Amino acid sequence: MAAPNLNVEEVARLARLALTPDEIATFQSQLGRVLEHIDQLSKADIEGIEPTAHANPVFNVIREDFPVEGLKSEDFLVLAPRSANNLLIVPKVIE
Amino acid sequence: MNDLTQLTIAGLLEGYRTKAFTPQEVMAAFEDRVAATDAAIGAFITRDAESAMAEAGAADPSLPLGGVPIGIKDVINVKGQPCTCGSQILRGYTAPYDATVIARLRAAGAIPYGRLNMDEFAMGSSTENSSVHPTRNPWDTTRIPGGSSGGSAAAVAARQVPASLGSDTGGSIRQPASLCGCVGLKPTYGRVSRYGLVAFASSLDQIGPFARTVEDCALVMNAICGRDPMDSTSLDVPAEDFTRSLGRADLKGVRLGLPKEYFVDGMDARVRASVEAAIARCAELGAEIIDISLPHTEYAVSVYYIIATAEASANLSRFDGVRYGRRAQDPADIMDLYFRSREEGFGNEVKRRIILGTYVLSSGYYDAYYLRAQKVRTLVRRDFADAFEKVDAIVCPTSPDVAFPLGERTGDPLKMYLADIFTIAANLAGICGISVPCGFVEEGGSKLPVGLQFLGKSLDEAGLLGIADTYERASGLRGIAAPI
Repeated sequence: MAAPNLNVEEVARLARLALTPDEIATFQSQLGRVLEHIDQLSKADIEGIEPTAHANPVFNVIREDFPVEGLKSEDFLVLAPRSANNLLIVPKVIE
Repeated sequence: MNDLTQLTIAGLLEGYRTKAFTPQEVMAAFEDRVAATDAAIGAFITRDAESAMAEAGAADPSLPLGGVPIGIKDVINVKGQPCTCGSQILRGYTAPYDATVIARLRAAGAIPYGRLNMDEFAMGSSTENSSVHPTRNPWDTTRIPGGSSGGSAAAVAARQVPASLGSDTGGSIRQPASLCGCVGLKPTYGRVSRYGLVAFASSLDQIGPFARTVEDCALVMNAICGRDPMDSTSLDVPAEDFTRSLGRADLKGVRLGLPKEYFVDGMDARVRASVEAAIARCAELGAEIIDISLPHTEYAVSVYYIIATAEASANLSRFDGVRYGRRAQDPADIMDLYFRSREEGFGNEVKRRIILGTYVLSSGYYDAYYLRAQKVRTLVRRDFADAFEKVDAIVCPTSPDVAFPLGERTGDPLKMYLADIFTIAANLAGICGISVPCGFVEEGGSKLPVGLQFLGKSLDEAGLLGIADTYERASGLRGIAAPI
């Protein structure tokens, strides 16, 4: 098992979180302790064991292919921080 | 009956049948009770008394839960009501639709009432991570109610509602039920639709009831279960009557497994004594107590904090300030909008778990953490499958401690995580579990409840409820409520 070499600042960037220097320092030490605890898993014998993704073996659930009434876009647009012309408004994404 | 809030759901339904009182009188009694007690407890984030009274006026008491108010954890969508998950990032959000459980409660005649407090996005074991306010334990308001469904447990214990819904990802129904002295059931994964439940860890989350008796939990289960096309993980199993095994006078012929790994060093000796006395009571009732081993128990907390945080980091990526929820002021560009909206909207525990979950899924660490955890999860599941070859249910403590004082563990996440040690494995295995009151610990002039946990095989809620009901009737603690 990999040694806990968590870089909170880098992971926060991947997670799109702007952390303060104080938060980075605190999480670094708190999560370091959690990862030390989690390292006990390296003792478990997992040779030949299949992973479990879900508690129940339910696969490929499909339904009849017919249209059903869903919620309308107006019902969602009222929740948006900014919208206009039936669209969500965000800062420019393409230069 | 002078105080209608003393009644259980079964008692309310009986009163409606005999026309002793009306749903409006009942709703008014609970609303008065909340108004009188919630300043001290803080179980509710908000409530709409006017619409609840209107629904009570229109209630049909001939329905299975006709005219019964049911409190709702703030993580389950109720059309037209706020749904904030205890988070600032969802402040101002109004649910545009009913969760399937809410639609089913309404079809059974129940009245969804109030938004009950919780740890932000159900991440926590004390409800101190709510961004709104902490909830206090009705048995001692200097202490926590447990979590993450602390508001749901405290409201039932304080007779503010006869029953409530919570969600259980690693013990968030059973642990607060234990600490607040009420009954809480985590159904089998897939038994109850998750459509309209804001996702924390999708392979573990399950909605379930809190009530003051096992019978009342069974009545709520009758309303909320069943296959739902909107949740592809909901199981296609026939409807059943969860009250069918209730009322047995003894536990003759019932084999109860006693897992040695659930009586650990470091647990409160008074809790241990209370649980051991309850197990002795089960034996007196005729149950055969069989020593069993769940050898991978020691890994459960570690597996959980990898899998749950990994799933959470993905689920919570939807809170980006674009489609709904909080958006930072005057973002410079789209990245600034994402980074600052999430920084401003999420609290510390949520950020911690997003960081941990992102890390264990990140390139180079996935095999070492996430994949390994999924494999150990298989071992934990097998432990239970092996145990259920020999026993009908497992009996153990719900929590290693009674309710602790507010603030005691907030600076130590690892210690807080270890509070879930007895409840987490059931979520990893997907099985059902229930906590029922089994005694008290006296501390600082307060009586603090202790919970007994029964764990059952997948889809054996009826059997589990039957065992818990027989124990509950013999315990002398059936229907208890906090002295507030």
